[in-house]
Amino acid sequence: MEPSIEQIREDALAELDAAADPETVNALSIRYLGRKGRVTLFLRNISSLPPEERPAAGKKANQVKKALEQAFADAVEAMAAAPSVEDRIDVSLPGRNPRPGHVHPITQITNRICEIFLRLGFDVAEGPEVEKDWYNFEALNFPKDHPARDMQDTFFVSEDIVLRTHTSPIQVRIMEKQPPPVRVVAPGKVFRCDSDLTHTPMFHQVEGLLVDDRITFGDLKGVLTTFVHEMFDEKTSLRFRPSFFPFTEPSAEVDILCVICRGEGCRVCSQTGWLEVLGAGMVHPAVFENVGYDTERISGFAFGMGVERIAMLKYGIDDIRRFFDNDIRFLGQF
Amino acid sequence: MKASLSWLRQYVSIDMEIDRLSDALTMAGLEVDAVWDRYDDMDRVFVGRIEAVRPHPNADKLRLCDVAIKDRNVTVVCGAPNAEAGMLSALALPGTRLADGSVLEASTIRGAASEGMLCSEAELGLGKDRSGIMALDAGLSVGERLARALNLSDPVMEIELTPNRPDCLSIIGIAREVAAICGTRVRYPEIALPPTEGRIEDYTSVTIEAPDHCPRYAAALVCEVAVGPSPDWLQQRLLSVGLRPINNIVDITNFVMMETGQPLHAFDFDRLAQHRIVVRTAAPGEAFTTLDGKERSLTSDMLMICDGEKPVAVGGVMGGENSEIDPGTSRVLIESAYFHPASIRRTAKALGLGTDASHRFERGVDPEGTLTALKRAAALTAEIGGGQLIGGIVDVHPKPTPATTLSLSAEATNRLLGTDLTAEQITGLLASIDFPVAGKKDGALSVSVPSFRVDVHRPEDLMEEVARLWGYGCIPQTSPLIPAQKPPRTEGRDFRGRIRTLLTGFGFTETVNYSFAGSRSVDLLQLGPQDRRRRTVALLNPLTEDQAVMRTTLTSGLLETARRNLTRQMRDLKLFEIGKAFIDNGAGQLPEEIEILGGIQTGRRFPLAWHSEDAPCDFYDIKGAVEGLLEGLSVDGVGFTRLPDKACDYFRPGRSARILARGENIGIVGELRPAVMKNFDIDQTVFLFEIELKRLHGQMPDTVSAAPIPRFPAVSRDITLILDEDTEARRILERLEDMNEPLVESVALFDVFTGSPVAQGKKSLSFRITYRSHEKTLEDESVNHLHQKICKALLEEFNAVLPG
Repeated sequence: MEPSIEQIREDALAELDAAADPETVNALSIRYLGRKGRVTLFLRNISSLPPEERPAAGKKANQVKKALEQAFADAVEAMAAAPSVEDRIDVSLPGRNPRPGHVHPITQITNRICEIFLRLGFDVAEGPEVEKDWYNFEALNFPKDHPARDMQDTFFVSEDIVLRTHTSPIQVRIMEKQPPPVRVVAPGKVFRCDSDLTHTPMFHQVEGLLVDDRITFGDLKGVLTTFVHEMFDEKTSLRFRPSFFPFTEPSAEVDILCVICRGEGCRVCSQTGWLEVLGAGMVHPAVFENVGYDTERISGFAFGMGVERIAMLKYGIDDIRRFFDNDIRFLGQF
Repeated sequence: MKASLSWLRQYVSIDMEIDRLSDALTMAGLEVDAVWDRYDDMDRVFVGRIEAVRPHPNADKLRLCDVAIKDRNVTVVCGAPNAEAGMLSALALPGTRLADGSVLEASTIRGAASEGMLCSEAELGLGKDRSGIMALDAGLSVGERLARALNLSDPVMEIELTPNRPDCLSIIGIAREVAAICGTRVRYPEIALPPTEGRIEDYTSVTIEAPDHCPRYAAALVCEVAVGPSPDWLQQRLLSVGLRPINNIVDITNFVMMETGQPLHAFDFDRLAQHRIVVRTAAPGEAFTTLDGKERSLTSDMLMICDGEKPVAVGGVMGGENSEIDPGTSRVLIESAYFHPASIRRTAKALGLGTDASHRFERGVDPEGTLTALKRAAALTAEIGGGQLIGGIVDVHPKPTPATTLSLSAEATNRLLGTDLTAEQITGLLASIDFPVAGKKDGALSVSVPSFRVDVHRPEDLMEEVARLWGYGCIPQTSPLIPAQKPPRTEGRDFRGRIRTLLTGFGFTETVNYSFAGSRSVDLLQLGPQDRRRRTVALLNPLTEDQAVMRTTLTSGLLETARRNLTRQMRDLKLFEIGKAFIDNGAGQLPEEIEILGGIQTGRRFPLAWHSEDAPCDFYDIKGAVEGLLEGLSVDGVGFTRLPDKACDYFRPGRSARILARGENIGIVGELRPAVMKNFDIDQTVFLFEIELKRLHGQMPDTVSAAPIPRFPAVSRDITLILDEDTEARRILERLEDMNEPLVESVALFDVFTGSPVAQGKKSLSFRITYRSHEKTLEDESVNHLHQKICKALLEEFNAVLPG
C-alpha cells in the first residue's frame, strides 16, 4: 500500500530534524519536493483516486507541500544564522560580578527582631549609650549599694555617669515623655566589664515594653511565645521560670528547648536541654512611680534579649568575639 | 550556694529523685546550675586486695605492697603498720583528689616506684581514723569502685541564687523551698542549751556607737573550751558543701552560718582588751590586719568591731589576726549581729574583700534570726568544745526592724497574673513557704511577711510568690487586647537601611567596632591640639589600655579592623560602619553622641580577574562611592571642595575633600596621611570617608516632585580648555552652572590630561555640554552661537586657551 500523505510529512520532518547543515536540507528538499520527490509523486497519483476523494486528498497534499517548503526554508535560514566558531564566546568565563558587600550579622538579627515587633504594633526607640545612673539603675529600682548592681559589671565614667549596662533606660526615658499606652522596642549597644569566650565588653540588646490598662503576665507569655516562634520556628518549645530583675515583679527567664540537641543535653545548653534567650517580667510598680504613672490603673511588661546570643544560636557561632573582630572572611558569610 | 541532699534531709523529708527535685527548684526560681555526687572525687578509688607485702629496699618504716584490682596488679609504697597480705583496702590511683585537697600523682618514694596509694579513712575524707589504711569487709568485690562498694552517695546541688533571695543562702532556707515543693513542712533543729554558770554581764559588755551600721549585736561566752578537730559528722557536713574543716570552734560558726544563713564570728575572749566589744566606725587611715594576713587601710565609713582599745574585726566581713582562735584558746566569745546591708557592701567593695559573711550581710540576713543562730552555736560550742556556757547573752538592739504586714487582694493578683485563683488557693500557696495569712479584712488577705524574707515589701512581691509557687507554666497564655495606634515611626531605621543597601550594593561590607578606643588613639590619628575630638570621655575602670576612652571618631576602629584583616592577608578591603562617637561635654554632663557613617577602601580596585586591570584603588573610587550614596539618597546640590590643610589631621593634605550638600558641610573624603598609616601599622594606601548622619538626614528630601520627560532631542558640543594645573575642575563646572543658561541641560567632564603636548604646569580638560529646549528642536546655528559664547566666557575667565 502507498504511504499516506501524513506519513510522508512525518518522515520528512524526522529527517529534517536530523539534518545538520544546509546541504543535507537541500538534498531533502529534492527528495520530497523535487520533480521525482515523494510529495510530487503523491500529487500525481491523486488522479488515480475515485473522483469523490480527489478534492480532499488534493487539498491535504498541497497543504503538506507548502508546510514542508516552509520548514526546509526555515531550517536553511536558521543554519545560516548560527554562529561560526570564531563568533562564539566562552560563556564559562566569570562575569563582571559587582561583588556586593555584606550587612553585619548583628544588624541583620537586630532588624529581624525589630521587624517582628513592628508587625505586632511596637514602635522602635533609641537612647544614649553613655547614661546617667538614674536612668540606668536608680529609676529601674536598682538602689545604690544594692547587690543587684553586681548582676551587671558596670563601666563608670563618673560616679553618676555610666556606660549603659542594658537598653532598659530607654523604657524610662519613653515613659517620662509619653503617657500610656506604650509599646516600644529599643535596640542598641550595651557595655559590661567582662571579657571571655561568651562575653565581650560591648554587645547588643533589644529591650521591649508594653504598658496599658490590664496587661497581664499571661499577655507577656503570649507575646513572647509569638516572638520566639517567629524568630526560631513554630515548633520551638519554651518555658517561663521565675527569676529576678529589680525593675520587674514577677520576673521571668524565658528558655527555649536547645536548638542544637533538641533537649537531649549538649555543650551549648550545658547539658540542661534549655537555652536562656530572654529576661522578662511585669513592670515593677516602683518604676511606674518613678515616671509618674498611676500604678492602680495600668500595668505592663518588659523584656530584653541579647542579640549576639540569638545570632550565635541561629548561625552556630561559638565565640562571641567573632562579631567584633570583623574578619571579612567571617562577615562575608552573611 | 551548694546544698547536699544529706544535709537537706536533716530538715525536710524528700520523696523525689534528685533530678526531679533540681528541676522543680529551677522552676520555682532557685536555678540549679549543676548536680554532682560528692563522692565523684572518688571515682579512681577501688577496692584492692593486698597480694603481697615486701620490704622497701631503702627504708625501714616503708613497705612495698602488691595490690590486685580487677584485672591487674599495682605496686604501691605504704607506711601503714596494718597493711598485710590478704586484706582488702582502699586503693587510690593517680588523679584522685584527696580530702586535704591535693591530687594524687604516681611518684617514686625513696627510690621505689609507687603507682597509687592505699588510703586511710581520713585521707579519703570518709572518717577521722588516720592510724592505718582502711580495712574493708572481706565480702566486697575486688576491683569495684569504693564509693559503689560502700554504697556512698550524696548528691550536691549548685544553686545560682538571685540577689533577692538571701534567705536561701542557708540549708534551712532551701529546705523551706523543698518542703513547699514536696508538700511537707520543715523540721527546725531543736536547740538544747546546756546548764550554765555565772552571768555574762559579769564578764563582758557590748557598746554600739554606730547603730545605723549595726542595728543589733549579740554575744555569748563559752569558757574552758578545748580547741581541736571537729567530730566526724560536723566535718562531713562542711565537706558536703565544699567547706574545709579548720577547728571545732571555727567549724561550728561555719556550720551554723550554712544551716541558718546567719554569719557568726568567734573571738578569743582573752585576747580582747578590757574584755569588751565596741562597735564603731574606723578612724580614717587606721590600719588593720585581717585573718588572711593582709594589712588593710581603713576609711571612716567602715564598720569595725573593737575591743576596749583597738579593732579586732572588720564588721560583717572578716575577723582580725589579733583575736583569732588558736589551739591555746580557752574562752570563746561568739558574735551574732545584724549589720546594715549597704554598709557591709560598701566596706567589702572598698576593701576588695568578699567573704561568705559579707555576701550574706549585704543581701540581708534575717534580722530576727540573730539569737537563734547564737544559741545554736553556743550550745554546739559547749557540747563539742567541752566548754562551760556562761549564763545569758548580751543582746544590744538599738534599731529593731519593724515587721511587715501586707494586704493582698485575690482580684488584684489575678488581674496582674491573668489567673483565676481563689483566696483559699492563694492562702495555701503563701502558707507553704511560711507566710502566715490572717483572716480577710475588707475582702483582702492580710499577709505577715516572715522576717527572713527581706525582699518582700509590696503586694506585687507576694503576687510573684503566688505565681512562682502556682507555676509560671500554669498561667494561661493570652494575647493583649491593645488599641490601634498610629503606625510606628521607623524613619531612622529606614534611613540607615537605605545606606546599608546602597553601600553593600557598591561592595562595602558593614563592620561593628567597639565604641571604646585607646587613650592614645587621638595621638595616633595626629589630631591637632584644638580638635574637639581630643575631648574624650575616659572610663574610670577600663578593662584594657586600648579600651580606655569612648571613641571620638569611627576612623581608629575602622583602621584597626583594616590592619587586622591586612595581617591576615586580606588586602582588598571595602568596609563601613554606622555608629556613635562621643565628645566630652564637661564633668557631670552626658557627652554629645554623634552618629557617624564611616567607610574605608584599600587594595585593588577590582578583585583580581581576567577582565579587569589589576590596579590599586584611588581617591576617585571612594569619592565615587560617596557620590553614588548621595545620589541614591536623592541628596541635591552635592559638591566637593579641597580640604584646608589643617582641617582634619589624619587626611593627607591635597588629597582630601569636604563633602557638601547645598553648601552644608556633611563630611570628609580623602586619603589617609602616610604618617597615620604608619601609626596603625598599615602598609598600603587607605582611602576613607566620614559623614555625619544627622546632617545627611537633614539633606534628604521629604518627597521628590517629578519633572517631565523631554520631548525634543538634545544636541551636544565639546570644548577642551588648557588651563593652569592647579585650577580645580569644580570651578569650571560651577561657573557653567552659575551662567544659568536655560538651554544647557548638563555638562560632563570626560577627559583630563597632563603632559606632552600640553605645556608644563598646564592641564587639559574636556567637557561635553548638552543643549536642549523644552519647546522645540534646536537648530545647529543657535546651538553653535550659544556654545561659542560660553566657550569665550570660560577662556577669558580662566585664562585658558584652546588646544593646539
